[in-house]
Amino acid sequence: MGTQDIIDRCERIYRDLDFGYVHEWKARTGGKAVGFMPVYVPRELIHAAGILPVGIMGGGDDVEIIRGDAYFQSYICHIPRSTVELGLAGKLDVLDGMLFPAICDVIRNLSGMWQMMFAHKYVRYLDFPQTFNDAGREFYRAEMAELLVDLEALSGIQATPERLNASIALYNANRRALAELYDLRSAEPQRVPTSELYLLLRAGNVLEVSEHTAMLQQYLAAARVSQRPLRDNVRVVASGLFCEQPPLSMVRAMENSGCYIVDDDWVLGARYQLHDTATGANPLGAIVDAYMSDTVATATRYVEGDDKGAFLVEQVRSRHAEGVIFAAASFCDPALLDRPMGQKALADAGIPYTAFTYSENTGQVQVIKEQAGTFADSIKLWGAVA
Amino acid sequence: MNAEVQKEESMVLQKKMIGEHFETLSKAGESGRKVVYTFVPGNLNELILAFDLLPVHPEVNALQSGMRKLSGDYIQEAEKQGHSEDVCTYVKCDIGMLKKGNIGPTGEKLPPPDLLLLSYTGCFTFMKWFELLKQEYGCPVVMLQVPYQAEGKITASQREFVARQLRDVVVPALEQVSGKKLDEDRLKELLASSARAEDDLVYVWESAKHKPSPIDAYFGGVYYIGPIFTAFRGLPSCEAYYRELRREVDYRIAHGMGPTTPEGELRQQKYRIVVEGPPNWTSFRDFWKIFHDEGVVMVASTYTKVGGLYEQGFRHDPARPFETLAEYCLGCYTNRNLPARVDIIAKYVEEYEADGILFNSIKSCNSFSAGQLMMLRELEKRTGKAGAFIESDLVDPRYFSAANIKNRLESYFQMLEAKRQAA
Ligand code: SF4
Ligand code: SF4
Repeated sequence: MGTQDIIDRCERIYRDLDFGYVHEWKARTGGKAVGFMPVYVPRELIHAAGILPVGIMGGGDDVEIIRGDAYFQSYICHIPRSTVELGLAGKLDVLDGMLFPAICDVIRNLSGMWQMMFAHKYVRYLDFPQTFNDAGREFYRAEMAELLVDLEALSGIQATPERLNASIALYNANRRALAELYDLRSAEPQRVPTSELYLLLRAGNVLEVSEHTAMLQQYLAAARVSQRPLRDNVRVVASGLFCEQPPLSMVRAMENSGCYIVDDDWVLGARYQLHDTATGANPLGAIVDAYMSDTVATATRYVEGDDKGAFLVEQVRSRHAEGVIFAAASFCDPALLDRPMGQKALADAGIPYTAFTYSENTGQVQVIKEQAGTFADSIKLWGAVA
Repeated sequence: MNAEVQKEESMVLQKKMIGEHFETLSKAGESGRKVVYTFVPGNLNELILAFDLLPVHPEVNALQSGMRKLSGDYIQEAEKQGHSEDVCTYVKCDIGMLKKGNIGPTGEKLPPPDLLLLSYTGCFTFMKWFELLKQEYGCPVVMLQVPYQAEGKITASQREFVARQLRDVVVPALEQVSGKKLDEDRLKELLASSARAEDDLVYVWESAKHKPSPIDAYFGGVYYIGPIFTAFRGLPSCEAYYRELRREVDYRIAHGMGPTTPEGELRQQKYRIVVEGPPNWTSFRDFWKIFHDEGVVMVASTYTKVGGLYEQGFRHDPARPFETLAEYCLGCYTNRNLPARVDIIAKYVEEYEADGILFNSIKSCNSFSAGQLMMLRELEKRTGKAGAFIESDLVDPRYFSAANIKNRLESYFQMLEAKRQAA
């Protein structure tokens, strides 16, 4: 299979707001499916209980908001309203439950709305510790143990240590394949267009993990031999897009502006950890450890110590990027409150940046393309932005 | 409008307490007293006082700046420095104030923090706010994470998590900055004092069940919570304030009087309303006047519970110092899930025999605002009372449209009148 066939399939999955794959998977396996909001949830636990974890990322630019707007004031980001829209339209009925990770106050309150709106469905808010010490670890372990009991009750399948270890191994393989994909894009950006990488990531929200990993490997093999010319683009890191996702048209616009995006933070849940989770006698403990000590520094996570922004600077350096594009969903508190700190760290390190906001149904991608293009030109001309 | 709010003894007392506190703060450099910045919801005042540290609450400074019409400039200053238009205006007001010299509400300079005590409860922005301040001041931060009451109750594991952080992380950080060991007896004394003041505050809240109500539990209420939610809970002055306030309320009940407002006593009480959401500070008195002129009294409000829902039974308990502080942090209003918030408001409507429910939705506060439209819908269904929904901001004057709000409220009052006639 060539890259195009794979990407076509990914785009069909991306546009399918009826979650046809999930319906089909459930019919095929008799299993249950549980949705989760961005950024991170431990998918290994869900998988080990025989449940398909399904990443829900709003409605993108394909869903018309009719009912969702009656639930949110205009000054609240877009993802909760399109998610409510999907829910009310019955498109999420295929899910047997929803998980709301502690990302921000909007998602937090959305969990309560979901409890009221879908009272007969399983709904859980997942509180992630922001204190990375023993107290936090124990609290998190208790949270995860409770979640597991719920999931087992939902599916009727016990997540034995064997099952947990097997799931951990599958997600490790998936993270490795994604890391390979990111490394290839960084090394040879012409071979892995960002819009393709993005669609591959989005497919991973829905596909069963081993199927997704196989897809990534097929893509990698095809991409390595693909013939695409290297353009004189500027290498940039995109930051701030971890929750409400940019529309595909915006991703394409950024890419066609003269920028190669060589790292980013979209669909971050799939790449939240940097290394493998250990397998062994205590798989639940290993999942907890991975969260506590091996995750990316994103805006939704408290950064202790004095190294705020250091992660971003390191990302720029290790990817040999020349600048950063801060893109945040309008009204996104975590991204927008974090931005001045990221900017300061970049300024101190002499790394240029530009910033704009978007929403998942942004139609005006031309403006964004121009801004990214101007940024790319100024880096080419001056090596930095005045 | 009268130039000054009619003064009562409790108000004089509060003014004096605040004045003295800010004076002490302004001299912290000379006196060598150490300063802790912290938040109102889930504040650990007794613990801070037990170490003889001085607390500063950036939200209070921001709201004071709003009332003194300084916030607009401060917010613009922060936006000039790269802060987004879209985010919490308290943060921007605070940062703008800092950039313009950190002059506090009494006109005196505020000392920089020796420690940022991040009680991360009820609001995500708190975390970012102190990350930002940490960059400005380069001082240590101690993070106390308070889990969210997602199931509408406090679980044993949540309580233990918070209590353990208090023991293992917060106390050592306070010991370090103060150079003192924790004196647990002193802490217990402070907690016992808090509980006594809390009893009196609850008495004041519940007085609104009287008709006419002797208090306004929203506009007046924000003054009532001043001492207990900030630097004074646990101190004799705080107890004295609430004793006096209770005495004044008793006097008004005995004489069938309404609350004191900037326009004088509210005699004619036509409608009784429950309010959800913070008030607007930049046009606070104009906002209040709209209700006063229509004979509306606020009989209960949720904003006045951000620092503790005492009337639901919580009291600081000196017998269990760490557990009680943990429960306090866990229990603040915005740390409760939406169904629980709906229950609280529905209960207020019933117990205080309210005619309606008002939501003041704050543009830049997702903690309160996200989901409020749904809450209102649920409440209308459950209580059968009419709701009104208006939008403003805490301290950004650009987002208070007096004409819009007035129009909307006038039609709301007409609706209440029509409902009453029909009943
Ligand atoms: S886009 Fe930002 S504000 Fe909106 S739900 Fe996601 S993290 Fe929260
Ligand atoms: S978002 Fe709301 S609760 Fe949070 S700091 Fe701002 S005003 Fe306070």
